[in-house]
Amino acid sequence: MDSGFMHQLLQQLINGLSLGSIYALIALGYTMIYGILKLINFAHGDIYMVGAYIGYVCTTIFHLPFLPSLLIAMAGSAVVGMIIERIAYRPMRNAPRIAILITAIGVSFFLENGMILLASPQPRTFSSEFSASVYHMGGLVINSQQIIILISTVVLMLALTYIVNRTKMGKAMRAVSFDADAARLMGINIDRVIGMTFALGSALAAAGGVLVGVYYNSIDPLMGMAPGIKAFVAAVLGGIGIIPGAMVGGIILGIVEALVSGFISSTFRDAAAFAILILILLYKPQGLFGKNVREKV
Amino acid sequence: MTTEAKTETRHLLDLQNVSIVFGGLRAVSNVNMYIDEHELIGLIGPNGAGKTTAFNLITGVYVPTEGDIYFDGKRINGKKSYQVTQMGMARTFQNIRLFSELPVIDNVKIAYHMHIQYNLPEAIFRTKKYFREEDDVTEKAMELLKIFHLEEHANDLAKNLPYGAQRRLEIARALATEPKLLLLDEPAAGMNPQETKELMEMIRWLRDHFHLAILLIEHDMSLVMGVCQRIYVLEYGLCIANGTPDEIRHNKRVIEAYLGEEVS
Amino acid sequence: MNSLVKADIRKLGIAAVLFAAIYGMLETEIIGAFWELNLVLIMINIILATSLNMINGYTGQFSIGHAGFFAIGAYMGAIMTVKLGYDMPVALIVGTISAGIVGFLVGLPTLRLNGDYLAIATLGLGEIIRICILNIEYVGGASGLMGIPRLTTFPMAFWIMVAILFFIKNFKNSAYGRACLAIRENEIAADTMGIDTTRYKVMAFTLGASFAGTAGVLFSHYFFIAHPASFTFMRSFDILTMVVLGGLGSMTGSVTGAIVLTFISAALSDFPEWRMLIYSVAMIVLMLYRPQGLFGDKELSLQMIRSLKMGGKKNDD
Repeated sequence: MDSGFMHQLLQQLINGLSLGSIYALIALGYTMIYGILKLINFAHGDIYMVGAYIGYVCTTIFHLPFLPSLLIAMAGSAVVGMIIERIAYRPMRNAPRIAILITAIGVSFFLENGMILLASPQPRTFSSEFSASVYHMGGLVINSQQIIILISTVVLMLALTYIVNRTKMGKAMRAVSFDADAARLMGINIDRVIGMTFALGSALAAAGGVLVGVYYNSIDPLMGMAPGIKAFVAAVLGGIGIIPGAMVGGIILGIVEALVSGFISSTFRDAAAFAILILILLYKPQGLFGKNVREKV
Repeated sequence: MTTEAKTETRHLLDLQNVSIVFGGLRAVSNVNMYIDEHELIGLIGPNGAGKTTAFNLITGVYVPTEGDIYFDGKRINGKKSYQVTQMGMARTFQNIRLFSELPVIDNVKIAYHMHIQYNLPEAIFRTKKYFREEDDVTEKAMELLKIFHLEEHANDLAKNLPYGAQRRLEIARALATEPKLLLLDEPAAGMNPQETKELMEMIRWLRDHFHLAILLIEHDMSLVMGVCQRIYVLEYGLCIANGTPDEIRHNKRVIEAYLGEEVS
Repeated sequence: MNSLVKADIRKLGIAAVLFAAIYGMLETEIIGAFWELNLVLIMINIILATSLNMINGYTGQFSIGHAGFFAIGAYMGAIMTVKLGYDMPVALIVGTISAGIVGFLVGLPTLRLNGDYLAIATLGLGEIIRICILNIEYVGGASGLMGIPRLTTFPMAFWIMVAILFFIKNFKNSAYGRACLAIRENEIAADTMGIDTTRYKVMAFTLGASFAGTAGVLFSHYFFIAHPASFTFMRSFDILTMVVLGGLGSMTGSVTGAIVLTFISAALSDFPEWRMLIYSVAMIVLMLYRPQGLFGDKELSLQMIRSLKMGGKKNDD
């Protein structure tokens, strides 16, 4: 009984870790874009969907191997992200916050319904060469996809950390998110930095999309809605605007969801994410990694 | 400083050893201060001395880390801003905080909020009481606007007023809460010398006309010298001097604090 | 008699004429079944949009979980009629009050949050409500609560809507409404005017939630079913879009937004695959070119139309 419980717990932790990696990848884009524009980019979950579809086309129609497909999906989604920013968000820079939020919702609907028109609402399955080879380790089940997800996520996060901390563009991004006006005065091209942020965030979300396609084998035009919102929860959990926060937040959320569906009921899985959201907002709205800021009177 | 018993107070406003700490920084430290009815008191100090923080402590925006604040004989530590206002204290802000998308008259009507007696059903069904009180509030608000020469702007949006008029509207709005004590945070900021002079005369007139006590923040000493009866000087959160304008003018520490600035 | 009372009576007169005209067309079947259904839907959406406008437009509290309260009304009303055998009035009262109670319980802790955080919290709460309903077998779980009698009639929907519009209009033009507007404009200043900001935020939120509940009862008793899929955050976004389209803070704007969007949806219902796409493009274009919505925060009135013609004076009420 006891070892059964431990076994179940470990198994759910493994499942949660791979699910959480996906959330983390999406959450990173959320947090970066929020940090720089103070915009909840509701369309971000749909970029993840777009990435999954590009990945689907590459692997299933053109029979490309995993890695090139992943890179093409990331590049393609980065372009889509930049186009969205250019057309829908840039003209709204000085508009009321609610108007930008509505625009983001509009973009989200557009991507979802555009994809329904383009690819039909039916779910698509990734080609079977990615179906699981299952490893048994001391009674635990780990499949090859979970390993691919974990490795890809770790590599991508390291790459992102390098870009943000070591490159000139990364420094510019941090400067803009700290104080856009001051950054502009320092000669930083704000528009380029924002475009780059969308590109990076979108590429990460696309990677998440392809990985999910490989993991669950099935994608559909509305697949971005729920993970999109949950990734935002993850970003808030870690402290919005804070990159390591999004990583940790995503992982925690994934693990909690896996534990809830493993030990309570899978129908309450989604409620768990929102319950975490409410609790964190009420008790630590700045997130796990955030600093407390008070309004100056 | 003051020598009263630590729990009883005869003053309108009484700060007893008040401090506030923000993450290790003592923004206001051990300040003792009192104001009696109908007094006009100045609170001065260089920029960053903690004057506005002191205001925020008095008006319930911040809760003191140590010490007690009494208003009208009651301890008000930890009371919320709106409760402090309901007890008879009103304030203006250094960076003007009007209801900018609303008409000027509504800015003032909002300030009569706590004098409205009708309840929600009476408002929805528009009873006689509703009309009587609404008419009453509108009339009173117009009177106040007249005093501040704002009556012809009554239906303009507050954000469209010129700067000086916005400052006046903020004072009018504060007075509409019918306070016993009015706190003005750098009311002359951004005004030219002529406007400033008029404002100072108006402040004195307000005190007499509305039977108020007034606490005035200024960082420019010369301004308050002419109009205030007593002055408190803050520096780095500490109260370094208090007394009549004459005493302050000749106080060594004050001169040091303002070194480089002329003390008139 | 006061001029405001006269204005109210005139507005009621207009409502009565409008009612008679539509009712006549329904009775003589000039308006067919399809548009009758959409008429009732328009009224339900008007209630939803104007009630959300109380929260988002007047009080400036960004809520995007309105579908949750709509759901509570729909389900509680249906429980009253289907499970407990009560009449429609009981369903309406219970649906309204229970949505209000949930709104109060939800609003009290969350309304401390500002801006985006409140938005995302209300979104989350709306979803939690839906997921809970999904898991309650008593009300049909994932397959929904079926067999609800059609007790909502056109006259009932119309006059309930008119009553709610009057409520909201008079609320706005009272000290209560002014307190809410003050909070929207500058919360710290509102506080120093002696306004208990939490109290008024919760009040606006509770009232808005209650009316969403009323709309829910009308909804489930017109469409025979209460189904969790009707109350997703898509619904909340829909309502929000109506409010923003008309202009945040404008009640007549919310009414117009609800009419326009319901109408567009209905007109495009033959092209379901294009409907949402056109809808989304319209949303983006509107925000790009008129982010303040059709009316801004002004109310549409005869005076406004007149003043547009003459380029003249302002309107009130």
